[in-house]
Amino acid sequence: MDVKVVAYGIAKDIINGRELTMLVDDNSSIGDLKLQLLTLYPAFIDLASLSFAVEEEYQDDDYLLKNDQTVVIIPPVSGG
Amino acid sequence: MIRLLLLFRLFLVVESLNKHFLPKFAQVNNYTNIQILSTKIKVDEVEQFVADSSCGGVVSFVGIVRDSTDSKPVLQLDFESYEPMAIREMKKIAETVLEEFSVKKIAIHHRVGSLKIGEIAVAIAVSCPHRKDAFAACEYAIDTLKQTVPIWKKEIFQDGEVWVSAHP
Repeated sequence: MDVKVVAYGIAKDIINGRELTMLVDDNSSIGDLKLQLLTLYPAFIDLASLSFAVEEEYQDDDYLLKNDQTVVIIPPVSGG
Repeated sequence: MIRLLLLFRLFLVVESLNKHFLPKFAQVNNYTNIQILSTKIKVDEVEQFVADSSCGGVVSFVGIVRDSTDSKPVLQLDFESYEPMAIREMKKIAETVLEEFSVKKIAIHHRVGSLKIGEIAVAIAVSCPHRKDAFAACEYAIDTLKQTVPIWKKEIFQDGEVWVSAHP
């Protein structure tokens, strides 16, 4: 299945764009997507943290993804 | 003369519209005023919103673009945000503060875009019956904002750029 990945901050620089579509196995979790991203873009390994959001909420690694879902990469935040 | 009067009336209409204008990303009710702005933050607006006759103390925090990091001159800061989620996360902060710090009202305004040195990046104000709660609540609000709200800043130096806090 496909998931849409949206990136902000340094994540946007790492994937070299605001969004990309990734092909993941059915029943993949956010943890699975994270592993796939780390393999594709090893620069993510160097970040202080790497979180993900679905529907405007932080989600854990075990969150199960659905086809066509949008996942937002949240690199370390630095507002204020 | 009539023309002048008409022009003046138009000016008044535009002024009153400006007063009630909210940015695209905002969450405002009687007790919370949360906004993400691409225009200058007005500290007096933030403080005026929280003022309440039951409150003896207003504490505000204003975050300003500093001219250097680790003694390296900074030229500007670029802020970007995942706005709908940032509003939600700031709303959570406001709810916690209202429930747990005996805060009456809270306002959080955060700026996005390119900011020069001395410009205001964030302004938070809280009002409480007593000052101690107000200090604690304001500190909680800015500390939590820095940890949870999806906003990112990039420091622009003469010889490069760095996303703040991205690396350990």
